[in-house]
Amino acid sequence: MPGHGNDMSAVPKIALGPILYYWSKQQTEEFYQQVANTGVDIVYLGETVCSKRRIMRSKDWYRIGKRLQAQGKTVILSTLTLLEAASELSALKRLCTESPFLIEANDIAAVQILNELGKPFVTGPSVNIYNSRTLQKLVDKGLRRWTLPVELSATELAEFQQHRPDNVETEVFAWGRMPLAYSARCFTARAENLQKDDCQFRCLDYPDGLLLSTREDEVFLCINGIQTQSARTVNLLGEIDRFIDLGVDVLRISPQFHNTMDIIDRFTEVLSEPQSPKRFDTQLESWMPATACNGYWNGDAGMEQY
Amino acid sequence: MELICPAGNLPSLKAAVDNGADAVYIGFQDDTNARHFAGLNFNNKRAAEGVAYAHARGARVFVAINTYPQVIGFERWKQAVDRSAQLQVDALILADIGLLDYASERWPDLRLHLSVQASATNPASLRFYHENFAIQRAVLPRVLSVKQVEQVIKDSPVDIEVFGFGSLCVMVEGRCLLSSYVTGQSPNTFGACSPGSAVRWKETPRGLESRLNGVLIDRYGDGENAGYPTLCKGRFQVQDKTGYAIEEPTSLNTLSLLPELMRIGVSALKVEGRQRSPTYVKQVTRVLRAAIDAAKHDPANFTPNAEWMGALQKVSEGTQSTLGAYARPWQ
Repeated sequence: MPGHGNDMSAVPKIALGPILYYWSKQQTEEFYQQVANTGVDIVYLGETVCSKRRIMRSKDWYRIGKRLQAQGKTVILSTLTLLEAASELSALKRLCTESPFLIEANDIAAVQILNELGKPFVTGPSVNIYNSRTLQKLVDKGLRRWTLPVELSATELAEFQQHRPDNVETEVFAWGRMPLAYSARCFTARAENLQKDDCQFRCLDYPDGLLLSTREDEVFLCINGIQTQSARTVNLLGEIDRFIDLGVDVLRISPQFHNTMDIIDRFTEVLSEPQSPKRFDTQLESWMPATACNGYWNGDAGMEQY
Repeated sequence: MELICPAGNLPSLKAAVDNGADAVYIGFQDDTNARHFAGLNFNNKRAAEGVAYAHARGARVFVAINTYPQVIGFERWKQAVDRSAQLQVDALILADIGLLDYASERWPDLRLHLSVQASATNPASLRFYHENFAIQRAVLPRVLSVKQVEQVIKDSPVDIEVFGFGSLCVMVEGRCLLSSYVTGQSPNTFGACSPGSAVRWKETPRGLESRLNGVLIDRYGDGENAGYPTLCKGRFQVQDKTGYAIEEPTSLNTLSLLPELMRIGVSALKVEGRQRSPTYVKQVTRVLRAAIDAAKHDPANFTPNAEWMGALQKVSEGTQSTLGAYARPWQ
């Protein structure tokens, strides 16, 4: 096992998070064909934001997942974050029952359903795990890996890692525009002066979301249907030594429309030689849709950059 | 359908009880509750007085311990649970799985309600909290339409409480990090949204500006009413348009829905606003008590009267109101 510092520490694996935006079928298929040739270890598939986005059906995700699995990737199926209608709950139950892959629960509903089915699961950043007692309780229910909520810091993660149960892994959201909020209201439809029930799938026009700026043109938030993200991109690749010291198991890269494969390559390169001089060059920043931030990791406002 | 009213201090608690609240909810003076504001909330002595006052008049007291206990400092949240149990309050309103686990184990006879901050919007989630911690009631996030609330109630193992009046969260409660993104403090971690310490007002040649940790939230022209810069209710630019891209400054008002909420089996109606004045609590409690009684008495012929609507309008944020997510067009 590649080690750093001491023999207990391993280099984190790389995960590609679920696509948070709405891309065409062709764009999605091509994206995952490219992913197959990268150094990513874990691939999350599925729709986590809006149940109206149905270009990709379950069978499409299963097909892509099986191909990625055959190509050596670990595949996880991600589930919807905000469940409102009874039909959404039924669909979730069907997915949890049928899925040939491990499931990422993004709501406590999935935790409950998977526990009832006796299946293990992992959790995404929207499941609120803010303390060790919560983590332990969910491990008792079948949790195998959890994701640190994006608003928590390195100091808090260190405390978690000290008391972490043996049989659970830790994942950190390390690259991408951060999911910050969910609503019943669709802000993309609102921006287009449409009602949600007649949204005309305008999310398809904004493959990296829709930028929201202040009235003095400061880049602020990113609208993605019912989800609101940071307009700034978090990039924690520079923290690699800290991740190794803290025993972080997985780093998540959140897909973006351009340069995702380049970003994965850069992460792979740095992780394969964590002791060599790092090239945290400006090129990574040039691949961000806007600017950078890492305030949360440093215990500050999320939008700040250290 | 019970009426649950907010109190940020003892005068508000008394105003709620005197004007017909079935229960009052309060918080302690620290970050264990989601209205963690300077000068607000209860110490042990005031809480004991409040509990005695309410119980003597047949009303109940709930304590909200509804922020997420942080990995460093969990003890503070446990102490808040213990204090509440010793004060013999009628229920705790909790959101965090770890804290629910502690409370149900340490005080098995204490009634537990699931806070709106737990973001539970569906029967499967409610089943999780019911089976593991024996919660008896849940407060639903303000994201469901009336029809969806009805579906949840049909399959829910516990009583359902919904918001009836007050400032409107546009985002799912417990899943909104906008405030910490801008200021470092969120409802989940600190118990405050858009905290006052981060707010700055400035008169400029272009108008009165409100900022949150330096970020321009709104700018007001002559004759425009300036509101508190809650960051989701500011005016921003999306593409070539400037406006309330997320939500207008507005309050939730469900007066016209009362018979419908009763028909679908809502157990309790919650009023938002522990940060508001005793006058607000008095006004809103008085109107909602009268309206609920009228709707119970004759649901078929219930209409919100002009005096009630006027009284509520006066205390609404931005002096306008909405049915919020209960009505599909809002979404």
